[in-house]
Amino acid sequence: MVTPKLTAFALAFGLAATALHAQDLRIGLQEDPDVLDPDQSRTFVGRIVYASLCDKLVDITPDLEIIPQLATGWEWSDDGLQLTMTLREGAVFHDGTPFNAEAVAANIDRSQNLPESRRKSELSSITGVEVVDDMTIRFTLGAPDATLLAQFADRAGMMLSPTAFEAAGTDLGLNPVCSGPFSFGERIQQDRIVLNRFADYWNADAINVDSVTFLPIPDTTVRLANLRAGDLDMLERLAATDVASVNNDEDLQLEQAVSLGYQGITINVNNGAGADNPLGQDARIRQALSLAIDRNVINQVVFEGAFAPGNQPFPPTSPWYNDAYPVPERDVEAARALLAEAGFADGIDITIQVTNNPVQLQMMQVVQSMASEAGINLELQAKEFATLLADQSAGDYTASQIGWSGRVDPDGNIHQFMTTDGGINDSDYSNPEVDRLLNEARTSTDMAVRQASYNAARDILIQDLPIVYLYHPTWIWALSNSVEGFTPYPDGMIRLEGVTLSE
Amino acid sequence: MLAFIGRRILIAIPTIILISIFVFTLQHLLPGDPILVLAGEERDPEVLEFLREKYRLNDPIPIQYLAWVGSALQGDLGISLRTNQPVLELIGEKLPVTLQLAVMALVFALVIGVPAGVLSAYKKGTWIDWVANVVALSGLSVPNFWLGIMMILLVSVKLGWLPASGYQPFSEDPLQSIRTMLMPAFVLGTALAATLMRHTRSAMLSVLQSDYIRTARAKGLAERVVLVKHALRNALVPIVTVTTLIFGELLAGAVLTEQIFTIPGFGKLVVDAVFNRDYAVVQGIVLCTGVAFIFMNILADVAYRVLNPRMRDK
Repeated sequence: MVTPKLTAFALAFGLAATALHAQDLRIGLQEDPDVLDPDQSRTFVGRIVYASLCDKLVDITPDLEIIPQLATGWEWSDDGLQLTMTLREGAVFHDGTPFNAEAVAANIDRSQNLPESRRKSELSSITGVEVVDDMTIRFTLGAPDATLLAQFADRAGMMLSPTAFEAAGTDLGLNPVCSGPFSFGERIQQDRIVLNRFADYWNADAINVDSVTFLPIPDTTVRLANLRAGDLDMLERLAATDVASVNNDEDLQLEQAVSLGYQGITINVNNGAGADNPLGQDARIRQALSLAIDRNVINQVVFEGAFAPGNQPFPPTSPWYNDAYPVPERDVEAARALLAEAGFADGIDITIQVTNNPVQLQMMQVVQSMASEAGINLELQAKEFATLLADQSAGDYTASQIGWSGRVDPDGNIHQFMTTDGGINDSDYSNPEVDRLLNEARTSTDMAVRQASYNAARDILIQDLPIVYLYHPTWIWALSNSVEGFTPYPDGMIRLEGVTLSE
Repeated sequence: MLAFIGRRILIAIPTIILISIFVFTLQHLLPGDPILVLAGEERDPEVLEFLREKYRLNDPIPIQYLAWVGSALQGDLGISLRTNQPVLELIGEKLPVTLQLAVMALVFALVIGVPAGVLSAYKKGTWIDWVANVVALSGLSVPNFWLGIMMILLVSVKLGWLPASGYQPFSEDPLQSIRTMLMPAFVLGTALAATLMRHTRSAMLSVLQSDYIRTARAKGLAERVVLVKHALRNALVPIVTVTTLIFGELLAGAVLTEQIFTIPGFGKLVVDAVFNRDYAVVQGIVLCTGVAFIFMNILADVAYRVLNPRMRDK
């Protein structure tokens, strides 16, 4: 008769005993994330936290294929105007609210209609959402949108508990409630974000740690010192200059993946008075600048060979990279000839703004010295990031060294930069043929058709050069040997499924 | 004494108003658009316009300022643009951190700086004086960030004695909290100890030459009594001034030290806020540290009167 009680006692005791050995995975981040509401947030580093906190409709593989997450299957209508998704049975939000088609509809509505939402342009193609049955949802689009699934694999596809956001409104970020493998524990700004394992997670078997603590440590040397001292189990964005030292450390391991993003020089070709100069007006000078640069030298000198030299919006490892235009060899003579043709045989002075961060400055100094050998005298204007961004957006610049964090779908790396009036087209580049090709690439779901459109656009852009691409950063993670099962992804996220921590 | 304190507080009010006006206008004069930073890589014009309206950034600066004063008087310092957290709550979160670092750093500074200053004044011109001066000069010259990183590499990575960085609330685990704060407090304290040592030395030097010290010695008092009871006590006024000013500065946050040791105090908060053009946070913190600084000044004035009866009101 006492047996059930005893069993309960033993169970409770057993549970308490495991709790004593609770495993906490400590991850060092380069920055402190912004608000933890997927509809309002904007930083790359915030997405790293979401990867453990918030499940999305779909996810990606390391090869960028779209795979099921909260949606188990999907089907496009023949005209590409309807997407029907089957949803996962048995998934619940951290507050116990069940996940179903109603919840998806409420989430899409919030992303599209919350005035503070930063997801509006990502979901702009959706014109209607229909709850077919409890576990089926259908999206109707205004025009075919090949990028939609990739958007669902990121913040726009993250599902929040409707109960929670109806109660919290725009304050949801103070206590986010999603349906991912870990639930929100606590956050102390600039110090830590703690997430606890969610027992009712649909894929709970793949999660092997009890909690995960994200610690923003901006200084790369200090971040690495913390890992070496055992205060961290892993860190993201190791400095390229520390790769050799981590490789030589028997207690540490290194993982890397070429990112989806790029770094380059954005040139003002039409954005107000700042475009009124030879660099902005004559494509030959932009070509000369590009030819004067040895992209391998940048990679070797500044990044110790850890990054990927590049000349296109997609890295050479991407299936969308156009092999017809390999990363060009440096050709000082050709650069000089182009300058002479443009009427600057005696050289030309160009001002470029760059963020006042030591690595970017060093990189541009390398570019500066290479360009000077071709007769292009670069004056570097170091600006603090917010200032650089405002000047660039206002057209108050000639050229600007800036990058892009990259998107899963190729459209995200090119469309809004190169189409007329595109959201981030700070060059104000405009070419009807490029507009046509990039819009076409966006509406087809056939990869071959899209590839052909991108290639045709590249034929034009490689001549016009509103952006001179330089390199693609590589995500570098350093881990202690006690961490096993980590898979690097080109989106730079840390997915904890299958990751184990030994004592 | 009470009337004196009351007068000082009244005089402080216009100073605080002036500080808040300066900070408000100056940060709005900074180039860069907070809304562009806030919007990040998404730039839907409608969203940008909505955010501008929401945070009143379209209003003229005087109107924005008055709106801020209005809600500040009701105890609402606004919310952080970056994380949506109320500024008052943020200050409440950071104050204990900064206070702990400031107190611990000050203890290091006092324990090292004052005795070193007294000793070097007493042994003026000897090798002890020279050594103390060289050490003090190095303390002033070695940059905090360099010393900080070197200490992390030595104490945490090589020896494994103390945590490399971070913060542990005192209320949760006092011992671990002090252990974590030891290195940053030491790094911060050594630089301040140098300043204190120099001030103590010069104050002691002038006091040691006074007639009453000669008299005290002539009376046959023990050298220790002469030094501590007669000389140091009279040299304390400038030392108290420097100490309170240093403490006021510490309360404003030790930007570099907090950055290196990843301590979530005022310094780190205000730097992140400036770079993100998080106006409400900058404004709130500066107001808070301004008040703290003025309070420390009043405290210094009170301390003079306690130490030196001649300065008391008739």
